[in-house]
Parts: sequence; C-alpha cells; structure tokens
Amino acid sequence: MFGRGLRTLSIASVALLTGAFALVFLYAPNDADQGFVQKIFYLHVPLAIVALGGFIAGGVFAVQYLRTGDRSHDLRSYVAIHLSLILGLGALATGSIWAKASWGVWWEWDEPTLVSFLIVFLLFACYQPLRFSIDDPERQARYAAVFAIIGGAFVPLNFLAVRLASSLIHPRVLSTTGGSMPGEMRLTFFVCLLAMVCLFVTLWKYELASKHASMRLRSLKRSLAGDDAAGPLARTAAPTQI
Amino acid sequence: MAGAAPAADAPATAAAPARPGVGFMGAVGALVRKDLRLELRTRESVPAMFLFSLSTFVLFRFGLDRKTLEGDLASGVLWVTLLFAAVLGMNRLFVAEREEGGFDAFLLAPVDRTSLFVAKAAVLFGFLVAVEIAAIPAFAVLLLGPSPFQALPGLLVILLLADIGIAVIGTLVGAMAIQTRARDLVVPLISLPLILPVVIAAGNATAPLFAEAGAGALPTRWLGVLGLYDLVFGLLALAVFDFLLED
Repeated sequence: MFGRGLRTLSIASVALLTGAFALVFLYAPNDADQGFVQKIFYLHVPLAIVALGGFIAGGVFAVQYLRTGDRSHDLRSYVAIHLSLILGLGALATGSIWAKASWGVWWEWDEPTLVSFLIVFLLFACYQPLRFSIDDPERQARYAAVFAIIGGAFVPLNFLAVRLASSLIHPRVLSTTGGSMPGEMRLTFFVCLLAMVCLFVTLWKYELASKHASMRLRSLKRSLAGDDAAGPLARTAAPTQI
Repeated sequence: MAGAAPAADAPATAAAPARPGVGFMGAVGALVRKDLRLELRTRESVPAMFLFSLSTFVLFRFGLDRKTLEGDLASGVLWVTLLFAAVLGMNRLFVAEREEGGFDAFLLAPVDRTSLFVAKAAVLFGFLVAVEIAAIPAFAVLLLGPSPFQALPGLLVILLLADIGIAVIGTLVGAMAIQTRARDLVVPLISLPLILPVVIAAGNATAPLFAEAGAGALPTRWLGVLGLYDLVFGLLALAVFDFLLED
C-alpha cells in the first residue's frame, strides 16, 4: 500500500544528496564574509524549510482524515509531523552552530526567524504527548487531526507575528530582498532543498510502509493464531491500526 | 416571532413539546446562562484566577526586585500574568460537562454542536473580563509606575482583541484536553505556544501605553495582528470544534 516507488525514490534521494553535497563543497564559492562556515547554510535552511513544510503537510493530511474518516490519512499525518520534528531538531542544532560561528552567540532572541521556528517546534513537540494521553484509538486520531490542523494554520500566522516584532539580521533566503545570492550559490541551494524534500518523502514513505507492515503482521498473527498470539499492544502515540 | 418560526420545519405531533425548539442563539444563551449560574453558585474559576493573578504580581515584585514597573516590563508582567490566569480558566472550563455528563446531555439535545463552542468561548471571555476588571486595578496599584488612566482607552481595545483570541484557543484546547488522561498537563503545554502570538502582539501594543513619559500612541500594526489572529483561529475553531464532540 505504501511501498510503491520506494526503490526509485531511495535511489533519487541518494543521488540528489550526493550531488547536492558535491555542489556544496566543490562548486559553490566560499562566502566573502563568513568563509567556509557559511556552507552549513545548505544544510540548515533546507532542514528548516522542509520541517515547516512537513508540519503543514501534517495539517493537510489531518483535514483529509477528518473529511474522509480514512485512518491511513491519520497515519500519514502522524508520520509527517514525527519526521518534521526530527528535522526541526536538526535545523535548531545546525542553526545554533551557525549562529555561534557567524554571530558569536548560540541563540539570538532578536531574530524573528529563530524565535518563530522555536515556537512552532515547541507547539508540535506537544503533538505526541497529546496522542499518548488519549487511549481510544479513534478519538486519538480525531483529536490529533484537530491539533494538526490548528498547528498547520499556526505556522504562517506565527511567523507573521514574530517577524513584525523585531529587526532583521537573519538573511531572508526566499524573498525579494534575499535574492542577492550569486548564481552558483542559488543553484546549489535549490539542489540542496530538492534533495532534502526528496529525502523527507523517502523517509516518510519508508516509515509509512514499516508501520503498515507491522500492523498487517499483527492482524495476520491474530487471525491465524487467535487473539492471544499477538500479545497486548503497548500504549503508543502512533496510530496502531488503519 | 420566536413562537412562529419553527412551525414550518418541525411538524407538530401529539408528543412534540408545546415549547418551540430553540434556535442557535437560544442554545448558546441557555448554555451561557447555565455556566454563569454554575460559576455564581460554586465560584470555582474567577476567584481562583484573580487570586492567582495577585500572587503572580507579588512573585514578579520579588522575582524582578522592582517596586514599580513601566514600559515593556510592565506590559510583559501584565500579559504573562493574565495568560497564566487564563490557563487556569481553560482547565476548569469543561470539567462540569465531563464529570456530570453534560457532554452526553448536550449531544442528545437537538441543537447545533457549534453552539457549545460559541457558548464556552463567550463564558471564558466573560471570565477573563471579570478577572481583568479586578486584576488590572490591582496591578496599577501594586506595580505600575505611570498613571494608568491615560493608557485606559487603548488598553481596553487591546484587552478586547486579546481576550477574544485567548477565549477561542482556550475553548478549543480545553475541549481537547478534557478527554485526555493528563488534562492539567495538556492544557498549558498546548495553549502556551498557541497563544504566544497574542502575547507578543498584545505585549508590544501595551508597552508604549505604559511608558514612563506618558501613554504613547496605540500601535495599530499590533492591533491588526491581534485581529487577524482572532479571525483566523475563530473561523478555524468553528470548523473543527464539532470533531471534538462526535462520539
């Protein structure tokens, strides 16, 4: 059900990632101010953008779940948010390293982009505790969907509010003012972004396929050897059936 | 007028009650009256929220080691305090429905489910207003350096817009958390990040009003953010609230 196209996707993401890193280290010029350290940009920014996109995608799948009642959309939403949290952690860590190297501090409160990303991250970090504290699987899926929709809408609104609040030292990458990157850098950046999107989709599909396979295995065990064979299900935040 | 309208869609039978069915606003009104009466009799939420605000002001006085506050510090202390007090209200908002079977009774009633959301948001809004009527004079007396009277008209506008946002989010989060096992944990965990934009906008809008040199102009940009927040989450909450009740 979820495994289709996995091989192609995996090959594509490996190729894109290799190509992207080759471009980063061999093709893109060193930054005039920051030198080699600026290369972390090609990892940090795609991580952050893909994580935010993943949160919004989680919201979109949640809308589809509420509309159709199809539990596979709940699984899609859950895995998208779960993966985005991991990428978001990566974005915060790489951002912190970059900030230390180029601004001299690990964290900068005057920076709207950092602060809004942190707020969004903190909000979605509550997604799993919320799921975990609801026993009934049907209700868990429904409430998680409501949360994901609110969170998805919260992402752009929060960025607007925080951005209005303060000055700008964080460069805008995808905006009218941030377009001043030289051509080589821009090309490298977009390849990196594409590679990260591809990696996200691949991991997402792997996780979906794996979760689905263990659900099927469990239900097969139960139908072949009776209800006792599969053992009781441990409490979990993840969807346990489709 | 109210007597004539429902006859068309509800065919009268012998078993039908003599009283006509209630409309949307009728249901909202009944639910609001029920909650206000409950609060007047038990006095569970508003006094607790107010006392909590007072203790928080005292905490800030010693935590910051300042006898008077002005400008952005005063605005920040006020908004953080009000927000924490609001979280207490959110925690209590649906307790009666859950423990006394109010949800089941409501689901049995032939009314639009959204009316519960509107009623609860109105009740939470009312609680917040009641707390603020008591807590803001207390804040002005205890901590605020500059005179509060100049700031009052602007502050009322900001409070109105921010309270709507807090009430909407609080109702949604309260309804979500009431069905979980860790209700007291889930409410602050989810509501604090969600309400942060309100605090940012309201805090920034209030700061010039509390300036030491006298109240500055009301920053309309922040009012716009608050208005947008209320609008987006108000509509969104109306759309998704039904799913929190369906059982």
